[in-house]
Amino acid sequence: MSRIDDLFEELKEKHKKAFVAYITAGDPNLEKTKEFCRTLASSGVDLIELGVPFSDPLADGPTNQAAAERALASGTDLIKILDTVKELRESGFSTPIVLFSYLNPIFNMGYETFAKRCKLSGVDGVLVLDLPIEEAEAYTEVIHSQDLDTVFLAAPTTTSDRLSLISEKTKGFLYYVSRTGVTGAQATVSDTLESEVENLRGIVGKPIVIGFGISNPDQAKQVSQMGDGIVIGSALVKLIEKGSVSEATTDALSSFARGISDVL
Amino acid sequence: MEQVPNPKGYFGQFGGKFVPETLVEPLRELEEAFLNYVPKADFQKELTQILTTYVGRPTPLTFAKRLTDHLDGAKIYLKREDLLHTGAHKINNAVGQILLAKKMGKKRIIAETGAGQHGVATATAAALMGLQCVVYMGRVDMERQALNVRRMRLLGADVVAVESGSKTLKDAINEAMRDWVTNVKTTFYLLGSALGPHPYPQMVRDFHKIIGEEAREQILEVENRLPDELVACVGGGSNAIGLFHAFLGDEKVAMTGVEAGGHGIKPGQHAARFSGGKLGILHGTYTYLLQNQDGQIENTHSISAGLDYPAIGPEHSYLESINRARYTYVVDEEAKLGFKLISALEGIIPALETAHAIAYVIKQAPKLSKDKILLVNLSGRGDKDLEGSLS
Repeated sequence: MSRIDDLFEELKEKHKKAFVAYITAGDPNLEKTKEFCRTLASSGVDLIELGVPFSDPLADGPTNQAAAERALASGTDLIKILDTVKELRESGFSTPIVLFSYLNPIFNMGYETFAKRCKLSGVDGVLVLDLPIEEAEAYTEVIHSQDLDTVFLAAPTTTSDRLSLISEKTKGFLYYVSRTGVTGAQATVSDTLESEVENLRGIVGKPIVIGFGISNPDQAKQVSQMGDGIVIGSALVKLIEKGSVSEATTDALSSFARGISDVL
Repeated sequence: MEQVPNPKGYFGQFGGKFVPETLVEPLRELEEAFLNYVPKADFQKELTQILTTYVGRPTPLTFAKRLTDHLDGAKIYLKREDLLHTGAHKINNAVGQILLAKKMGKKRIIAETGAGQHGVATATAAALMGLQCVVYMGRVDMERQALNVRRMRLLGADVVAVESGSKTLKDAINEAMRDWVTNVKTTFYLLGSALGPHPYPQMVRDFHKIIGEEAREQILEVENRLPDELVACVGGGSNAIGLFHAFLGDEKVAMTGVEAGGHGIKPGQHAARFSGGKLGILHGTYTYLLQNQDGQIENTHSISAGLDYPAIGPEHSYLESINRARYTYVVDEEAKLGFKLISALEGIIPALETAHAIAYVIKQAPKLSKDKILLVNLSGRGDKDLEGSLS
């Protein structure tokens, strides 16, 4: 049982849904990232997805692209991110952490080294945006060998036969992309989402967390009923972006997160 | 030689389909349509008709007599893709893919462009077929290839300026991918080079292989033998693979790809992937890339927008790995000299991209005896480059 498995077990018993929060590591710098992680965890967030900034984030909308640029400009790299997670863990931070990355920085470090460093740092799982299951054999084996969870994505375009394959390789939870598109806030929830997730349920025997486009408590409440949890990303990243000019980011993150957590 | 790519889209160890989950099924549909429609007689008939009556195929093979005399070495032949409609080889692939888009029932075409030649070719093909067309182009490239931006707009395309990253070709591809992932049900992504996820490297190659097929027949006709060496510039690598493909089985024909050396081989100053690049994944494919020690993609520089790209098409990485082709580079200044020399000696103004191949020939031809033959892909014309630093 991983820390992530324990979380979903516990939430299930409490009839609660998971609140997954995404922020970009190193935006605006890694010291702030530690502070934001603590704030989010103490404001009702159950699991943190820490984005590894990449120079060419082709699955991200403008908000997360800008965050990646700020993070890279502050000198963030994968090694420093792992060090930051280690520091968090050493200070007693116990909220599950999933790294959310594009493949090239991980490939460049080498799967073996990456997985070992993740384990040593206290990372619980890894999600790679541009690594579909067909290309993930070596990766999955190495990540699992360090007892880390492999979170995979499913999308509205994913076929049933591929869903079974994805489910097989998924550990921790499955991340369902609620609409075709890039990351970023959306005004409305897709009409077909509920039936899509129902279909997923029949095939996937893992917790299902739904993300992409959820940005307010109403959407969070509506979508959380369909699965086992929701991801909020760009809405938090926007608050951090604003915070680079004012000083109240921590308070803003905290009150926003509480607003979401209350409805789950 | 073994047939590449394999069914998973790999050329040896290179290639693959490293894309966001949303694009996996659309790529499978594209591959299925490509394998199903393109070999069929009616598709080939329609494509051939467009290539001969609209695009201007076959293109001539020109003996560059004055350039040959001037360099006093190997005989130089030019495969004249610059004479095609829209002025570069890119139209071969654009009309091929747009016919496929029509078969698939897609109404909206998107494309990325660097130098603007692929954008112009796509806008042209879309106009010909009456389809909506959106072209993504980096802001920096829009400024240095302003003539092509005007052409695309006149052809009815919506040219979208890309302001992210280095504002060049790689960022235009990022933006086109974002559009595709969002509008995937209605939209056909008409990718313009032999790169990206499978099946693009194969599909783009197959629509360009006619370049080498014609050139092979033509050189046999005039010289009664095959050339000793093929030369082409390589950005993503579409014109090069188009020329090379038909000769891959001819073991005695050497092949040279010429990359952009920019200001010289220092990080951020060039686009020569085989000189300073290492293996990695960008835009869906596993290949040689220019990247830093953290796996972040490095900025590139080349005087030519079409070669200014950090990754090389996976089939070129494969050909290099099995020593079937070799890759070298020339710097900006050498390309400029090539541009001027062939203009003055042959009355052919090449694209700055193509000028890199010419610059290599200027160095290579004098080293070879006069009975040797170099065959160069004159991949595009240079009108687009006259307003820039060369005027």
